[in-house]
Amino acid sequence: MTGFRLAQGGLVDRASPVKFHFDGKAYTGFAGDTLASALLASGVKLVGRSFKYHLPRGVFASGSEEPNALVELRAGAWREPNTRATMAEIFEGLEAASQNRGPSLKYDPLAVNNLLSPFLSAGFYYKTFMWPASFWEKLYEPMIRRAAGLGRNAGLPDPDIYEKTTEFCDVLVIGAGAEGIEAATQAAATGQRVILCDENAPLVPIDLPAGVEFLARTTVFGVYDGGTYAALQRLTDHLPSSNAPRQRLVRIVAGRSVLATGALERPIAFGNNDLPGVMLSRAVGDYVTRYGVAPGRNILLYLNNDDAAGLIPVLHQAGVNIAGVVDARPASSDVVHEAARAANAPVYAGAAIIRATGWQGVSGAKIRLAKGGDLALPCDIIAVSGGFNPNLALTSHFDGKPVWDAAIAAFVPGSLPPCMSVVGKAAGQGLNANIQPVFHSGFFPGKSFLDLQNDVTVKDVKLAEQEGFAAVEHLKRYTTLGMATDQGKTSNVNAIGVLAQTLGKGIGETGTTRFRPPYVPVAIGALAGAHTGKEFKPTRLTPTHEWAAGLGAVFVETGLWLRAQYFPKPGEDWLAAAQREVNAVRNAVGICDVTTLGKIDIQGPDAAIFLERVYTNSWANLPVGKVRYGLMLREDGFVMDDGTTARLGETHFVMTTTTANAARVMQHLEFCAQVIWKELDVSLISVTDQWGQIAVAGPKSAATLAKIVDSPFDLSDEAFPYMACMELTVCGGVPARLFRISFSGERAYELAVPSRQADALARALMQAGAEFGIAPYGTEALGIMRIEKGHPAGPELNGQTSAHDLGMGKLLSKKKEFIGRAMAARPALTAPIRQTLVGLRPVNPQDIIRAGSHLLPVGAPAVAASDQGHVTSAARSPTLGSIALALLENGPARHGETLRVYDPLRGGDFTAIVTHPVHLDPEGHRLHA
Amino acid sequence: MRITCPHCGNRGLEEFTYTQDAERTRPTDGGATPTPEWADYIYLRDNLKGPRKEYWYHSAGCHAWLIVERDVSTHEILSVRLP
Repeated sequence: MTGFRLAQGGLVDRASPVKFHFDGKAYTGFAGDTLASALLASGVKLVGRSFKYHLPRGVFASGSEEPNALVELRAGAWREPNTRATMAEIFEGLEAASQNRGPSLKYDPLAVNNLLSPFLSAGFYYKTFMWPASFWEKLYEPMIRRAAGLGRNAGLPDPDIYEKTTEFCDVLVIGAGAEGIEAATQAAATGQRVILCDENAPLVPIDLPAGVEFLARTTVFGVYDGGTYAALQRLTDHLPSSNAPRQRLVRIVAGRSVLATGALERPIAFGNNDLPGVMLSRAVGDYVTRYGVAPGRNILLYLNNDDAAGLIPVLHQAGVNIAGVVDARPASSDVVHEAARAANAPVYAGAAIIRATGWQGVSGAKIRLAKGGDLALPCDIIAVSGGFNPNLALTSHFDGKPVWDAAIAAFVPGSLPPCMSVVGKAAGQGLNANIQPVFHSGFFPGKSFLDLQNDVTVKDVKLAEQEGFAAVEHLKRYTTLGMATDQGKTSNVNAIGVLAQTLGKGIGETGTTRFRPPYVPVAIGALAGAHTGKEFKPTRLTPTHEWAAGLGAVFVETGLWLRAQYFPKPGEDWLAAAQREVNAVRNAVGICDVTTLGKIDIQGPDAAIFLERVYTNSWANLPVGKVRYGLMLREDGFVMDDGTTARLGETHFVMTTTTANAARVMQHLEFCAQVIWKELDVSLISVTDQWGQIAVAGPKSAATLAKIVDSPFDLSDEAFPYMACMELTVCGGVPARLFRISFSGERAYELAVPSRQADALARALMQAGAEFGIAPYGTEALGIMRIEKGHPAGPELNGQTSAHDLGMGKLLSKKKEFIGRAMAARPALTAPIRQTLVGLRPVNPQDIIRAGSHLLPVGAPAVAASDQGHVTSAARSPTLGSIALALLENGPARHGETLRVYDPLRGGDFTAIVTHPVHLDPEGHRLHA
Repeated sequence: MRITCPHCGNRGLEEFTYTQDAERTRPTDGGATPTPEWADYIYLRDNLKGPRKEYWYHSAGCHAWLIVERDVSTHEILSVRLP
């Protein structure tokens, strides 16, 4: 027999063989096997190398607490390191590889670290790599990075798909052992909705009543506020790679929870206890009963409690020889004696294992007998049990501190998260019969491991204590004990036990560390879910997006929106296209989708009073059918936003906000209406998405619109002057709103139609304006024209500018209450030294001013102390050349002055003349052209 | 964390936006005069431990402003009401 698969027994499907590869070699297991059980069945004991010393390691446990058997699964971009072989179900074609090793698993040159171990003791980073400082970056860090760490990242984008969902239930039961199934069944019997989660897939179907939703392969890894639990459901990790989602992050909202996670076994430390073949006793039993695999043929048991004696009949019935039972208790117990007698196994009461012997695997053990004297026992597996620890990690996610129960020599749950109860072994019930706590056999001077994953030994703990790191939390950080991917599930309690012995204190006094989420490692991809790449945030498209795309528009992201930036014709770059678009608007007519501006519908008897209070300027006197520009401050007196608001009726207004501030202004207005002035009868709703709005600008705008506006609506200047608005129909009955407002400085209109009609409207306008040379324009042309007109926008409304700074001090009414009124009156907000809005033109027309450049007095040194302001917005006007807006100290008094424009980042250094911010048509004649 | 909106029921934290504490009283309008009361209201915060009243905005829900009483050291929600 070359394999270790038993002739019968286990719950795997022996009719379904599964082929897989480990380190390139082909193996066969059965459906239902984990990688660990299949490798053990094939006689593979060496599965990895340890973190620090690169010592050979084998399978130690049978569940998610596994510290040793970490492997890389799959290949290429799918490669995932640090997967526990005990949790990986095999499937046809699975490729697995050992990790953290040299060229081959058997011969690892870095195992020399083991000889250097006197230098790699507790705190070795802090002690060893101290000087000279210059060595750190060049030598120490690259060396440590190469030698340390576990598996290799794929180094490629994660090709898998992940999902996130939220589930609701009355009762969440965590753990589908007998206790969990019982709790779920009872809760369902009272009509409650139950979710039952288990880390593993059941090897036999579980019989559950209706009302219980069972999530297999689902680990609850965190407990959060308000009865919220985070769980990771592994959907296809047990299947060959496909396009199906790999894992699902399930947020479970539960009225209450029942923790039925059982207990995890802890070992007893002894010399060379990290050799492949040293395993937890229950894991050995699991491999026999679940998988029909005997991890060895001659197994030595080392225990200090009666629970572990259950392994004896299991092995005996499976026909596995028991080399002996080393019982740390002086008299052993009847339970052990009887079981051993039935199995013809010798019992060594009051004995201890000094060390395991063997090269790359256990071949025997040296034991110290109770009456003195040593004995060498041949064996191929040492099954060890130092007792069981309630699996209580989730109970301390709410700051609950486990408490030591001396009667069972284990930590049991302390204060629990709200609405959680703990049942069965997780609560410490029925655990550790007749235990006599032993954490370390104590006779071996060399390495006895506590934390197998981070290579922390008994000696390291003692050394840390000597060096002053005697508090549990200090010990953890100094030695890295319990800080590996297994979070010390099999090592923490033993380390505390050894520390307590060293300190001569009780374990309860010595204390424990608290567990934090996540209970198991969680892939970042699962936390991200679908929110990766372009799906990281939503993309908002304007209603004319397809129309613009059809014209070859280049789009730009503005917040969440994608807006047409410019519409290039063949051979045009962005500047040529934008300048052509500006010329079309200035000389004929252009159209631009302005849907992205925030639109807020404001209605109610007190709507006008409301606007009086949120805007700085006067609103009560605005006639129906008119539009007005409004300025809004924050409570601290600085400018928040601006825009136009139209009065459609006595009690009905439509406000526009800037694109960037739409959501912020909505939130602010809701606060004003619901909190500050809740006595006002006013209602608000965002209608940004409901109305598609298109600007029609240029001297031919009225002529273009006239062709699509239905009769009898009148666009003449007498009937519909500048700053007028009306509700009307266009294109034969489409309801619309028309506003005669202008951002470009030309005669212009903005026409709003229900969003689904906006695309057709854009096409109709293009047709109507064709005879005038109509052109669509994008945000670049829009920007050039608003800078030509000196309108402040995002770069000027930067949250640090006051109305005075923007030249709008006159808009602060002196006759009424408004948000920001008191604080805007602070003298510092109107001081002349403040940086205020000006225009800028280069002295030499060849120079191009760039936004972000700093403004210095001519001849002053380019240092921060000379800085007097900066360029906020810059444009290349087709008619004026390089122009800019800037914020400049005492700006209005300095028109005509020459300044140094300094841009060290991009190499700009030239002079420019300060001007009025309105570069074009300051009298506003073009609005009526 | 979960908040029970009086309009929408029990909802997850991600639907809400915290803005400011609701312990302070906004001064009444006293004209264009920057009084110390205004400065206190805008700039001073107590940052105390224990139950605190806070303004939360149901931004991804009904847009209601809520006064949420929350123990800031345990995240326990003690009460939720409309202003």
